[in-house]
Amino acid sequence: MQAFLQNLLNGIAVGAIYALIALGYTMVYGILKLINFAHGDVFMLGSFVGYYAGRFAIAHMQDTSGTWTSWFVAGAIMLLAMMTCGLFGYLNERIAYRPLRNAPRIASLITAIGVSFFLEYGGQFVFGPDPKFFPELVEKHVLQFGGITTTNYQLIVLVVAIIFMAILQYIVYGTKFGRAMRAVSFSYESASLMGIPTDRIISLTFVLGSALAAVAGILQGLSYPKIDPLMGILPGLKAFVAAVLGGIGNVPGAVVGGLLIGVIESFVSGSRFSNFTPAIAFVILIGILLFRPSGLFGKYEAEKV
Amino acid sequence: MKRLPWWLRDLIYGAIFIAVLIGASYGMDAIHIAGIAYYQRIVVLMGINIILAVSLNIINGHAGQFSLGHAGFMAIGAYFAAFLTYFYFAPYVNRFPAGTEQWVLQNALLLVAVLLGGALAALAGYLVGLPSLRLRGDYLAIVTLGFGEIIRVVILNIDKIGAARGFTGIPNWANFFWVYLFCGITILISWRLVQSSVGRAFLAIREDEIAAEAMGVDATKYKVKAFIIGSFMAGVSGGLFAHFMMYLNPDMFRFLRSFEVVVMVVLGGLGSISGSIVAAIILTYLPEGLRLAKPFLHIEKDPRMVIYSIMLIVLMLTRPQGLLGRRELWQVLKRRKDAPKEEPDAAARN
Amino acid sequence: MCAHSLQGIAVMRPNFLKSFTIIAAVLLAGCPPKSEVGGGGGGNAANSGGDILIGEYGSLTGAQATFGQSTHNAIMMAVDEINGTGGINGRKIKVITEDDQSKQEEAANAVTKLISQNGVLAILGEVASSNSLAAAPICQSNKVPMITPSSTNPEVTKKGDYIFRVCFTDDYQGENIARYAATQLHIKRAAILTDVKNDYSTGLTTTIERVFTSLGGQIVAKQSYSNGDSDFRSQLTAVRTQNPEAIFVPGYYTDVGQIAIQARDLGMKQPLLGGDGWESPKLIEIGGKALEGSMYTNHYFYADPTPVVRNFVQRYRDRYGAIPDGMAALGYDAAHVLADAIKRAKKLDGPSLRDAIAATRNFQGVTGTINIGPDRNAVGKKIIIEEVKNGQLALKATIEPTASATPTATAAQ
Repeated sequence: MQAFLQNLLNGIAVGAIYALIALGYTMVYGILKLINFAHGDVFMLGSFVGYYAGRFAIAHMQDTSGTWTSWFVAGAIMLLAMMTCGLFGYLNERIAYRPLRNAPRIASLITAIGVSFFLEYGGQFVFGPDPKFFPELVEKHVLQFGGITTTNYQLIVLVVAIIFMAILQYIVYGTKFGRAMRAVSFSYESASLMGIPTDRIISLTFVLGSALAAVAGILQGLSYPKIDPLMGILPGLKAFVAAVLGGIGNVPGAVVGGLLIGVIESFVSGSRFSNFTPAIAFVILIGILLFRPSGLFGKYEAEKV
Repeated sequence: MKRLPWWLRDLIYGAIFIAVLIGASYGMDAIHIAGIAYYQRIVVLMGINIILAVSLNIINGHAGQFSLGHAGFMAIGAYFAAFLTYFYFAPYVNRFPAGTEQWVLQNALLLVAVLLGGALAALAGYLVGLPSLRLRGDYLAIVTLGFGEIIRVVILNIDKIGAARGFTGIPNWANFFWVYLFCGITILISWRLVQSSVGRAFLAIREDEIAAEAMGVDATKYKVKAFIIGSFMAGVSGGLFAHFMMYLNPDMFRFLRSFEVVVMVVLGGLGSISGSIVAAIILTYLPEGLRLAKPFLHIEKDPRMVIYSIMLIVLMLTRPQGLLGRRELWQVLKRRKDAPKEEPDAAARN
Repeated sequence: MCAHSLQGIAVMRPNFLKSFTIIAAVLLAGCPPKSEVGGGGGGNAANSGGDILIGEYGSLTGAQATFGQSTHNAIMMAVDEINGTGGINGRKIKVITEDDQSKQEEAANAVTKLISQNGVLAILGEVASSNSLAAAPICQSNKVPMITPSSTNPEVTKKGDYIFRVCFTDDYQGENIARYAATQLHIKRAAILTDVKNDYSTGLTTTIERVFTSLGGQIVAKQSYSNGDSDFRSQLTAVRTQNPEAIFVPGYYTDVGQIAIQARDLGMKQPLLGGDGWESPKLIEIGGKALEGSMYTNHYFYADPTPVVRNFVQRYRDRYGAIPDGMAALGYDAAHVLADAIKRAKKLDGPSLRDAIAATRNFQGVTGTINIGPDRNAVGKKIIIEEVKNGQLALKATIEPTASATPTATAAQ
């Protein structure tokens, strides 16, 4: 039982990070029907921004670990990462995706792959391919309760993830912008006819998604300090599977999908079949697409001629 | 002179082609210029990439399905052919003393191994295609990527064929002749296919699947066919690759390789056979050219992948149809020769 | 696919094709076979009385870059030392280095280029066994001797009689760490955490399991992960329930550090035991306090007071500003073994050099005494067991060849 709960907790903590990335995928797909292959690498970018900012902060400030200041600094770094990635998301959309809005989808897909590889290998070129060690922004404490051992990092991840998901939920369902986003994802033409500045809304979607990916990147760097330029590939793919699992285009679905994937992975890698963990996400993906392509919460849309 | 029947014409062309190949093969062996071995190696690798690109072009270009898992089929062909050779064929062949008989047997068994590798890959293509091809473009891409990875992870866990250690000791039976012979066969199949009724069905599906279905074309059946043919050739290229490299490792068949083949097909022009060939040649040479140019460019790190990705993005933004678009090289050259006033029509028709 | 055609989008630019062809032609023409980097002849370029050409291939970029860089640095230092004292019989050694980007195919291409384009006499490389395995058949078929400094997979030297190694094999180190754990640390119950994507790790796992259980130990948990994973908690949780006394982690340092941290996070106190894949200046930086009390087998100990090690460490430090790791030490030894063999070789061609390397006996290297055995491996090399103590690497034990057990069936090739 103890192992079960421990695995569950681990799975949820990992899944929360997947969920944050999945939100970006699902929002962009909902609006543009585009799989933004490069999204996983925006997550990586967030981690690296955090790495360099964190090192700068530690080098230029006195040792403030354990105090309120360190939380403040961590928060500032997260904000910086969010802004950087948001900016990147905006530029990405403007430069690489917008010109291809009316092109067949395969062109956008290939471009997205190109941007993804550009970030990965450009990252290797610029940052170096060797793994880097994310600085300890907040002091770590090991906590034990009921036979389960965890660290305050896992709790931070959960809390921060929930906060941002709640913020996103509010934005999408409680603000004018959110309504505009939902309108554009429902029908692009009608929305533009209704006077919604579709280009701006799309840019906003990308910025939001990228900012969330940046949060995920910082949380990842905190929990698993080893970062490298290729770190975004696998989480990106798994987050995409999570988005599909939840029903692509569906915001709460992405969260549920992310948590589910995290938990399933956790149980599989703790079992006898841990050899096959890398393939688990893909098996789930294929399973969903074969048996329930609209995902858990999506609705089936017939393709109209 | 009355036109010969098509099969006789094919036979004659085929015989000429094989004769040329044999001549080139012997010629290459006979040349003893210093440093030529390195270039011979690149030429053979080009051949393998040509087979991969042309076969992917059948799926992505002609049938318009976006497959990102080609490396998985190559892996199946490579490992199965290597398995057959290493465990069954090579021990058998080695029992014969060196001589003509052994040489004939070796080549015959290589042919068998490679074809069986292709067959298994085709079966995999069928199994992958059947469920996946109900899906739309971007989903299909991800699913095929997923299948490619699953295949790789499965191979990684089979100890008999080396798992993570890799499969060593494959005899060096593949050479210029075999690789380019299969190049020729692949190109021939692809060319004939696109002109046949099957090929027309592919093109119809590519252009507008729903309209094609409305016209009575069973889209799924033809998509699966494209997959089977494409993966068969990918398996064949894998088998040849195995017998050329003499070593296999699951790391050689990651998504990166699928991506490289996709870049070749897209660069050449989706749907253009000669485009795929040209792009395969260029992109096989590029890393080696960069390696040779490195002393002059003063860069230590390898910028190849960064260049690829930038090139891909720029290509998609400026000329998404690739180098040759959908036309073949001889059509492009012919168009140049023709009078300029024909261009607007040709462009519209294409 | 929808009704638009890709071609419909872009405006026809007939000049694009022309300009592309021109650019491509220029690029291609600009790279003809150049022979200014070294001898233009075949493998016998060395005979003509110029510099002796040695080829080196390694992972200078890519995932295993630190291994390749260390080895490369040490080789260059060794060669400069040799040239500084007049070279070999008056001729200097020139090293031509090719990067294989940690990829097997590139390793094969790099070696082909070195042999056919540059006409090298011998080849040094690689660290990762899979790259060595890809390159070895090519060296063998061209009769160019290859010495790998650090590939520990037993298969490498089985590729042919021109392939040598100066380090111990995985069989050897796996056996010794298992034996040490069972007999010296008196561990009866252990777990193993394997990196299944890594042949080094899977090979070591098999040997460790076999030897440990043959000595009465019990493997209470076997879990696996993939090189590059970030979360190992599930596997560690499964291990925790079995409560072993120690955990074998025969993987690379990049993952080991994290595994240690997460194990401690889960409240696990067992020491970790591993192999030479842990060897890196970054190990303690990544793992920190979590690695206290953990041990691994290595090829040499950097603080060894014997003069040969001390001088090597000092010179490397002066030249590169860092303490040399095991890969550097092995690279250094490999270069010197090669130079020594070149000196002894009757003629400067492949077959004679091969024989000279095979006859290497009692060569005193930084990593101990090197004797090349009949299977072309360095036999009876001493194994260092290092322990992380107070945030530093400390020497825990030295296993001399005479003290090690009788070779098992696989080790005696």
